[in-house]
Amino acid sequence: MYPDEFQYTKDHEWIQVDEDTGTIGITDHAQKELGDIVYVELPKIGDPLAASETFGTVESVKAVSEVYSPVTGEVTGVNGKLQNHPEILNTDPHGSAWLVRVHLSDPKELEKLMSAEEYEAYIQEDKAH
Amino acid sequence: MATPETRGAKRTALYAIHKAAGAKMAEFGGWEMPIEYAGITQEHLAVRNAAGIFDVSHMGEISVRGPQALGLLQELTSNDVARLKVFQAQYSALMYPEGSAVDDCVVHRLGEDHYFICVNAANTDKDFEWIVAHNKAGAEVQNVSSQYSQIALQGPRAADILSKVTGFDLASLRYYWCGDAQCCGVKGLLARTGYTGEDGFEFYFAPENSERVWNALLETGRDEGLQPVGLGARNTLRLEAGYPLYGHELDQDTTLLEANLGWICKLDKGEFLGRNVLQKQLEEGVRKKLVGLEMLEPGIARDGYPVWMESQKVGQVTSGSPAPFLKKNIGLAFVPPAAAGAGREMKIEIRTRQVRARQVPLPFYKRQK
Repeated sequence: MYPDEFQYTKDHEWIQVDEDTGTIGITDHAQKELGDIVYVELPKIGDPLAASETFGTVESVKAVSEVYSPVTGEVTGVNGKLQNHPEILNTDPHGSAWLVRVHLSDPKELEKLMSAEEYEAYIQEDKAH
Repeated sequence: MATPETRGAKRTALYAIHKAAGAKMAEFGGWEMPIEYAGITQEHLAVRNAAGIFDVSHMGEISVRGPQALGLLQELTSNDVARLKVFQAQYSALMYPEGSAVDDCVVHRLGEDHYFICVNAANTDKDFEWIVAHNKAGAEVQNVSSQYSQIALQGPRAADILSKVTGFDLASLRYYWCGDAQCCGVKGLLARTGYTGEDGFEFYFAPENSERVWNALLETGRDEGLQPVGLGARNTLRLEAGYPLYGHELDQDTTLLEANLGWICKLDKGEFLGRNVLQKQLEEGVRKKLVGLEMLEPGIARDGYPVWMESQKVGQVTSGSPAPFLKKNIGLAFVPPAAAGAGREMKIEIRTRQVRARQVPLPFYKRQK
């Protein structure tokens, strides 16, 4: 369910890294918790990202949720499809509904993130409370 | 970490059913309630196009009886209770002396001297204590909330579905009338009332029958598209219909006239709490006006977001969300009376942006007859 090639944050974001380029999205667990997603606010190409800081919002019918960056760097790509089709975040959160692409300034930050296995265990624990 | 349970939130008799159905639960008004089942959008559309069934057992019920009941309710509420025939109901407000609402409510007349008031879950104790504190005349006032579960059935197919499980003559039950009925073999009070802007019913009955009524209605209505609906869609439905929610459009600092509820204020019925303030506002004007708004650019206005007109912050959004049926983003907001007017443009402050919106007439949605 959770791709092994992704790394995960406690706030339910994923990042897939290739050298010093990353693609960031929200997890399936996050989209389930949110419900029907109706609106997404994303940064612009060239904007800075800082690890653990918010870089955008994902809105369900009921609420606004902030999205936090797993890494520090610069936005190199933004998923334009989400402007008119925010609902793909519910159907394909690990694929076509990626949020931004980033150029990492400090790849060592990746060491703090969770593997797929760790993330699956983490959300099981979460459910138990 | 604190959960609704550890915070002492109450559960309705249908809690197990909601959990088994996979509902997302959350705390509302001191109760752990289903917010959504299949999803807010789908549930909202089901109510507009077919029918929805709601567990609204968290609402409160207060009984007022005796020869002094009418006088007490006339003094404490804004609407004219004397107009009610037996089994007739009216939307009304329990009043503060400031002309504002302790709560909005539905007053049902069940007998010569017998009134039954449905109130908001979060305000039940406050409302009961308020009525008791003002009961100098000695009417019989009881908080009967624990004696009732309440299920709402709403939508264009609601009457059709209900007719299969009740012998009550639904064709003769007009909007805002009620009666003693047996539904799904359970006795209770059936009212043609609701909070969605659709035709529908609310059934009040003894809690031990909750699963029986719920399951029977769902079973009977499934083929007609009946779905369980949570509080999330309940909110988007009432917002489309332009109905206020206490704590948002109504509170102690908002008079009924400011909240567009002049139609439930019958100043000529005689004295009632807050009447003089409303009279003065009729003569001299209100301090703020509730308006409907729709977004003109991408963005969702939400509760509490500031409203700007002519580069000035003039008010705030009291309720805002996407409207799943109308397919636009709507809201309610208070603005200064001089700034109110359909068509006038405003900006809603959404985090770092100022997003264009315009005032629109209410209601946003009105059902076809």
